[in-house]
Amino acid sequence: MTIRLSRREALAFGAAGMAIFTAGAPAFASMTDDAVSAFAGDAKVKEGMVSVDAPEIAENGNSVPIEVSVDSAMEGDDMVEEIMILADGNPNPDVATFKFSALSGEARASTRIRLAKTQNVVAVARMKDGSIYRASRAVKVTIGGCGG
Amino acid sequence: MITRRDFVQAGMAATALTGLSGGWSRVAAQQSVTEDMLIDMPPVGNVTLMHVTDIHAQLKPVYFREPSVNIGVGEAKGEPPHLTGTDFLKRFGVDADSRAAYALTSEDFIGLAEEYGRMGGLDRIGTILNRIRAERPGALLLDGGDTWQGSYTANATKGQDMIKVMNALKPDAMTSHWEFTYGGDYIREVIEDLPFPFLGANIFDTEWDEPAFEPTLMTESGGVSVAVIGQAFPYMPIANPGWMFPDLSFGIREKRVQEVVDEARENGAELVVLLSHNGFDVDRKLASRVKGIDVILTGHTHDALPVPVKVGKTLLIASGSHGKFVTRLDLDVQGGTVRDVGHRLIPVFSDVITPDAEIAALIDEVRAPYEEELARVLGRTDDTLFRRGNFNGTWDDLICDALLEQRDAEIALSPGFRWGASLLPGQDITVEALHNCTAMTYPEAYRSPMTGEFLKVILEDVSDNIFNPDPYYQQGGDMVRVGGLGYRIDVNAPAGERISDMTLLATGEAIDPKREYVVAGWASVNPDTEGPPIWDVVEAHLTEHETVSPRGETAIDVVL
Amino acid sequence: MAKIKPRVKVPKKAKAGEIVTIKSLISHPMESGQRKDKKTGETIPVDIVNSFKASFNGEMVFEADIDPAVSTNPYIEFTLKVPESGTLKFEWNTDNDGKFEAEKKITVS
Repeated sequence: MTIRLSRREALAFGAAGMAIFTAGAPAFASMTDDAVSAFAGDAKVKEGMVSVDAPEIAENGNSVPIEVSVDSAMEGDDMVEEIMILADGNPNPDVATFKFSALSGEARASTRIRLAKTQNVVAVARMKDGSIYRASRAVKVTIGGCGG
Repeated sequence: MITRRDFVQAGMAATALTGLSGGWSRVAAQQSVTEDMLIDMPPVGNVTLMHVTDIHAQLKPVYFREPSVNIGVGEAKGEPPHLTGTDFLKRFGVDADSRAAYALTSEDFIGLAEEYGRMGGLDRIGTILNRIRAERPGALLLDGGDTWQGSYTANATKGQDMIKVMNALKPDAMTSHWEFTYGGDYIREVIEDLPFPFLGANIFDTEWDEPAFEPTLMTESGGVSVAVIGQAFPYMPIANPGWMFPDLSFGIREKRVQEVVDEARENGAELVVLLSHNGFDVDRKLASRVKGIDVILTGHTHDALPVPVKVGKTLLIASGSHGKFVTRLDLDVQGGTVRDVGHRLIPVFSDVITPDAEIAALIDEVRAPYEEELARVLGRTDDTLFRRGNFNGTWDDLICDALLEQRDAEIALSPGFRWGASLLPGQDITVEALHNCTAMTYPEAYRSPMTGEFLKVILEDVSDNIFNPDPYYQQGGDMVRVGGLGYRIDVNAPAGERISDMTLLATGEAIDPKREYVVAGWASVNPDTEGPPIWDVVEAHLTEHETVSPRGETAIDVVL
Repeated sequence: MAKIKPRVKVPKKAKAGEIVTIKSLISHPMESGQRKDKKTGETIPVDIVNSFKASFNGEMVFEADIDPAVSTNPYIEFTLKVPESGTLKFEWNTDNDGKFEAEKKITVS
């Protein structure tokens, strides 16, 4: 087997050719947006505050550990009421909704979820003052098998 | 010895690096080289670390050709270790045709291999370690893993040959990757008897998500409190068969690394060392994000760098593979800060370094029951056989040819492992040589139909594991090897869009996404894979073709 | 139907005001409603653990609404700021097998 290396600049690459693969990729993204809108109601959805922790690459798409959290004192007005979790590449994006209390001490919880393919895990948090925050994290689901 | 000026600063152009001041590359330019010249360096400070990694069960010296294709993407583009050939020599000020050029690059490999001979051998490594320990009694030996797998005898003894000989070299700690392919339960049993800790801060149980292995060794060297944190290969259940260790979870777990580093500092560590099997690019990113690591002893990606790479305050050390090198790293640690550094990547030239008699005897002992089989000649090669490189090496071509012919397939797939010793033109292909490129615990050579579409998914998927611009998504293997199939790859394209022009070489026709092709391959991560072990397939092939010279037509177009 | 069995990990002791991590698991197939029976070819109906609740001395600590995307044998980890000695009660509700419960005592030292 001989391998020929060439510079990208030397090759005219039609951008149209690439579109074939990407068209329609986020098939379920609109369902996720709808779910976020329903959760937020009239409130404006802001980015940040909430964080999603997950492995960069899923070891097993049937059981992907995720953690959602908000840096919050969980006292007085500084409270997180709930965090909704969505998976934007699953046929049904709903995953779970976690509800916290003053007894939580922290706004942090974990579970394990099913991811059908490479996609974003989305977390949407509702604060006590009604404000809504959203964040997401990409998790790669791969067939693997050629490491080392 | 190197001075601060000689570090490769992350993102820095090749300005300060005009040469390795006093390093062995200059020494090695001289005609006659002695053991002293290779090993000795002016001592620095109070702490000494000795690093070996990715030995892949090579008890004896081997030829190992470094890659001629090693593409860096994203921020790693054109940066060490993604330099090959004359670019590498130029960047590090290494003379062409020197011993250093032979050890570190693939330039004029055949000629230089004949001149400078095999490298490695645990008995030679034993001599080096003893000499460093005589000078620096507190020196710590740290093994980065991929130590127990990769040879006929390791496979036959489930790594016990390596365990026995490595124990005699007295490591202070190790971490792991392929070790787990002997089975999770077996590893937990075996490490009970190890006289040193088997570290893995990033290994958790899948049920309760709690640490499953010791994360840290707190020890002392030269009066300095040292924490050695182990980081096992993060993508163990993805790149290797997860069913072999179903109750374990790995991952980079950056937050966990930071926690363990902070804990080590709280417990009084003045020097924090990460003994890592992440792979170089992953460690370079980790070093920029986790605070408080002084040294990362990198592994997994088999890179050998003659000088450390510095990211922020963290030094990255790359000590090669297959026993070719031992790194000695001297550190002057005062008040929890590294004040000065001395570094030498010691090349283990087997013809120059005297074998340690005790270790040599142990090696003979563990090999004795297998010597006859190891030496059995299967065929001969007229060309260099090597594996390392981002795409097919000649060993892979031979394996793919064997799969196509012996399994009567249209397309062959062979894993992009980075391990596998080389052979020179004219050398016999022995059972030992073949197993040095194939020995592992899931060798079944399957034969199954795959659609053109699925073949593309495989190529796209594996290429993203190498060429994703974010190192945290790189698994550290090379591209899957192919036989009977040509393709074009645009390494800088996004995931899912890199592969095009897939061609069935037998007919020259484009691969039809809908058609099913007969595919033969090996090393599937799926349970219940059926077929003869790959070494039987290659042996049968060599019985039919006594002499091989695997050099196919142009089949892979790589667009940089 | 496999036996449904909850398990929890709760520290026995804590300091007053300490935030402790609570872990829970319940063995359950979490039938997603998307799988087909290999023999009949018919879709297997949804059958999941649909909610989880934890309370301490009768006060709500943490709750989860659960959808079929949660994995087999649902694992839930959350935190509790321990106010005093008491009992942490857990409750899982399933689509077809009713309610499952567990409880653990925490002593404030």
